[in-house]
Amino acid sequence: MITTDILIIGAGPTGLFTVFEAGLLKLKCHLIDALPQAGGQCSEIYPKKPIYDIPAYPEILAGDLTKNLLEQIKQFEPGFTFGERAETIEKQKDETFIVTTNKGTQHHAKVVAIAGGLGSFEPRKPLIPNIANFEDKGVEYIIKEPELYRNRKIVISGGGDSALDWAIFLSNIASEVTLIHRRNEFRGALDSVEKVQELKNLGKINIITPAEVVGLLGTRRLTGVAVEKKGEDSFIIDADHFIPLFGLSPKLGPIGEWGLEIEKNAILVNNALDYQTNIPGIYAIGDVNTYPGKLKLILCGFHEATLMCQSAYKRIFPDKKYVMKYTTVGGVDGFDGTRKEAPKAVVKSIQ
Amino acid sequence: MQDINIKVTDRNGVTHDVIAPTDMAMNLMEVVRSYELAPEGTIGICGGMAMCASCQCYVKSDHELPEMSESEDAMLAEVFYVEDNRKLACQIQMTAALNNLEIELAPEY
Repeated sequence: MITTDILIIGAGPTGLFTVFEAGLLKLKCHLIDALPQAGGQCSEIYPKKPIYDIPAYPEILAGDLTKNLLEQIKQFEPGFTFGERAETIEKQKDETFIVTTNKGTQHHAKVVAIAGGLGSFEPRKPLIPNIANFEDKGVEYIIKEPELYRNRKIVISGGGDSALDWAIFLSNIASEVTLIHRRNEFRGALDSVEKVQELKNLGKINIITPAEVVGLLGTRRLTGVAVEKKGEDSFIIDADHFIPLFGLSPKLGPIGEWGLEIEKNAILVNNALDYQTNIPGIYAIGDVNTYPGKLKLILCGFHEATLMCQSAYKRIFPDKKYVMKYTTVGGVDGFDGTRKEAPKAVVKSIQ
Repeated sequence: MQDINIKVTDRNGVTHDVIAPTDMAMNLMEVVRSYELAPEGTIGICGGMAMCASCQCYVKSDHELPEMSESEDAMLAEVFYVEDNRKLACQIQMTAALNNLEIELAPEY
């Protein structure tokens, strides 16, 4: 069981900054995210896009914002549970919480802060009628264990970076890799497109375009896929695995069943005070919450995280006296033993 | 400065007559959101960068629309529910020329 002071659900910008504000209060944080890395939408959807309304940054790329936040919080040694989705929450007799992920990882925390953005990113599934029957029997939407594909025949469909990158990667492991896309053009980084072209020329990747996988074959496990190519009769390709990579779409998911008040696909909070939900001890900050006048902006998430941490502190230490200190005055004491502080002013007479 | 009339058929098949301003630099995805014709969180997920296709729509009237950018075209090549006259609503800017535009929102995916 992972134990922490504040369990943050969602490792996007708001969740990451919470670690900093909590750290100033000597509260330890652990983050859960369904994605395999930090940054949320900033990493998953638009890492190379600029943002212009982060205070003091006239322009910053979403990917760099994530990188900087990780740098800013590193001395507070946050824990991460990546690639897992928070599934259930149980309030304990002592008013603490146990949150369990879809993989069964348990997290015990005094306070829960939901910073889940638009929800957890779930893979988009192509509209093939019997696809559900083959899930984990040859159809995988996310590649978790590349060794699974050693010496196997793989069909990948999709036209973006992940389809290209996995086709490249698996061409070294699998016995056969076929990449199928609706267009001749791929939407990915130039060097990935060029690498696939090179591997195609070497005969290590088969490319079928413009085409689409329209059916799946097999009795208990996948044995092949039916492909429709423009201007040709449909045909069958033998395949042990079919990996459709059509991106991810966010779904509020299990959090919607936690008994929290939901309005417009978001969690209603008390914005006049501390962004707490209708369940004391559970807060919602950033894009995942709503209140009158809510704006889904990263900078608003930072503010919400800051106030929420103050409230969490009072909840955890109801009897402790505390006053907010400027970081310039108090410095930053990391849990790793580091200390950042403003240089002392020089007092010296001038002759 | 002029408002235009637009017909939007939502994902439940209900058609709404909405009035859109042409002087607010708004795109069609934003118009749909401002009238709450699709639940929050199911449209405009990327904010309007042509990077998610949650605002895919079908254009039903015969208005001449600006040519698709490469990124919009490529994004549409990756999504489902293929029909004719597909567009990303976030890439349709509200201009006077689009008065009486009729569109239907594609299913959520």
